[in-house]
Amino acid sequence: MAFHIPEELYYTKEHEWAQVDENIVTVGITEFAQEQLGEIVYVELPEEGQKVTQGQTFGVVESVKAASDLYSPVSGTVIEINAGLNDDPSVLNDDPMNEGWFIRIEMDTEKELANLMRAPDYKKLVQA
Amino acid sequence: MDTAATIKKTPLAEEHVKLGARMVDFAGWWMPVQYKGLREEHDNVRNKVGLFDVSHMGEIRFRGPKALETLQWLTTNDVSKLNENEAHYSLLPNECGGLVDDIIVYCLKKNEDYLVCVNASNADKDFAWMVKNNKGADITNESAYWGQIAIQGPKALALCDKVFGFKASEMKSFAVHRFDYQGHKAIFATTGYTGERGGEVFIEAPGAAGLWRDLLAQGHEFGVQPIGLGARDTLRTEYKMSLYGHEIDDTTNPYEAKLGWAVKPTAKDFIGKIPMLKVKEDGLKKELIGFKMLDKGIPRQGYSLFSFDNKEIGKVTSGTHSPTLDEPIGIAYISSELAAEGTEFAVDIRGRKVKAKVCKTPFITK
Repeated sequence: MAFHIPEELYYTKEHEWAQVDENIVTVGITEFAQEQLGEIVYVELPEEGQKVTQGQTFGVVESVKAASDLYSPVSGTVIEINAGLNDDPSVLNDDPMNEGWFIRIEMDTEKELANLMRAPDYKKLVQA
Repeated sequence: MDTAATIKKTPLAEEHVKLGARMVDFAGWWMPVQYKGLREEHDNVRNKVGLFDVSHMGEIRFRGPKALETLQWLTTNDVSKLNENEAHYSLLPNECGGLVDDIIVYCLKKNEDYLVCVNASNADKDFAWMVKNNKGADITNESAYWGQIAIQGPKALALCDKVFGFKASEMKSFAVHRFDYQGHKAIFATTGYTGERGGEVFIEAPGAAGLWRDLLAQGHEFGVQPIGLGARDTLRTEYKMSLYGHEIDDTTNPYEAKLGWAVKPTAKDFIGKIPMLKVKEDGLKKELIGFKMLDKGIPRQGYSLFSFDNKEIGKVTSGTHSPTLDEPIGIAYISSELAAEGTEFAVDIRGRKVKAKVCKTPFITK
């Protein structure tokens, strides 16, 4: 299956994507992740103002089958959450790369971006 | 994959791949977890008919003049009540009154020939346990010999009638019918694990793929679909059917698990009878109940239950988002004094205490 893996984004090995706009990072899950999870029925998001740490969990998505942790691609402060996901998590299945974003983080340091994957490496990961 | 050399495949493995299933390692077996999607498959079983590959289940044969006596000692239900071509649900107790497994016993010839179907994950353990506690039966592990397909849903028996060539739809529940299918020995029984009408058919392994393809092709008019393990789990959870490793294990007392109906202590002696009954006589400390969430959150196996004065009062054994009800449901052991329907308590969901309420089970009714 061919997944949409935009060149300009960063990726985690746990299948989150991160879109970087200066020091603001928007975070979501990849098409691969939503396909693996199946129908998502519940999300648990952090609060605005909450601190998150690179590689640590910041929330949960649940499909019918199981609960899966979400991992933060960078360290920083949550400045915005996509509260609409609480009412309609199906957006995550329909449009995980855009409408289905989870949170926006004000990142502490750009240096951490070096720990993330770029599109070619992420492509290899999901095709392995 | 390192496991490729050792993972076991059912006679239907190639069929699943052809159907585009997502395959996973389940108890050492390479099994389909889903084909098109869990919810669609779940609904298909509730509304039409679904096929499940259950060939990973173990089959153990008991034969000879001591077959009945041995099974009476090994199992909790009264095997002497089974006539030829009847089956029943039963339990395999250990010396402490806990459970080695839950099983179905099929009577092929009264007193001297029985087939026992056991869980895939327990098959080797069960066989060793049965041989160790044998009272003189001829016990054979026939697990590799049989494939097994479950046909479940409101249209299941109509499909069976059409494909098998006998009136499956006129059989009583837990009845057995032996036949040949395209030259392969087969045993059909009106059993299942979904709460729907239907049955399960054992067939000699070389005939399994042909039967699977015929059921799919001839089931088109009934809307048949193949169903993965994902939907198998949500279907059985909605009917509060126990799954070994979730609701029951080596330490489970059947009365606490609400499986006392499959225990017949006045009819006979069996392994672990005295400690098993003592738990009941002393008064049950905990009981298996169904519950629903009053606030947002999905319960999962292992989550703790708390009373509102913050005492730990139980543990979740299974939990999911019910596709039929479109809301979270859970099964849990809870302290007996809080087991009454309507009792409210909290589930610890990743550190958050979320309100829940004991409810009536099965979660859905026909």
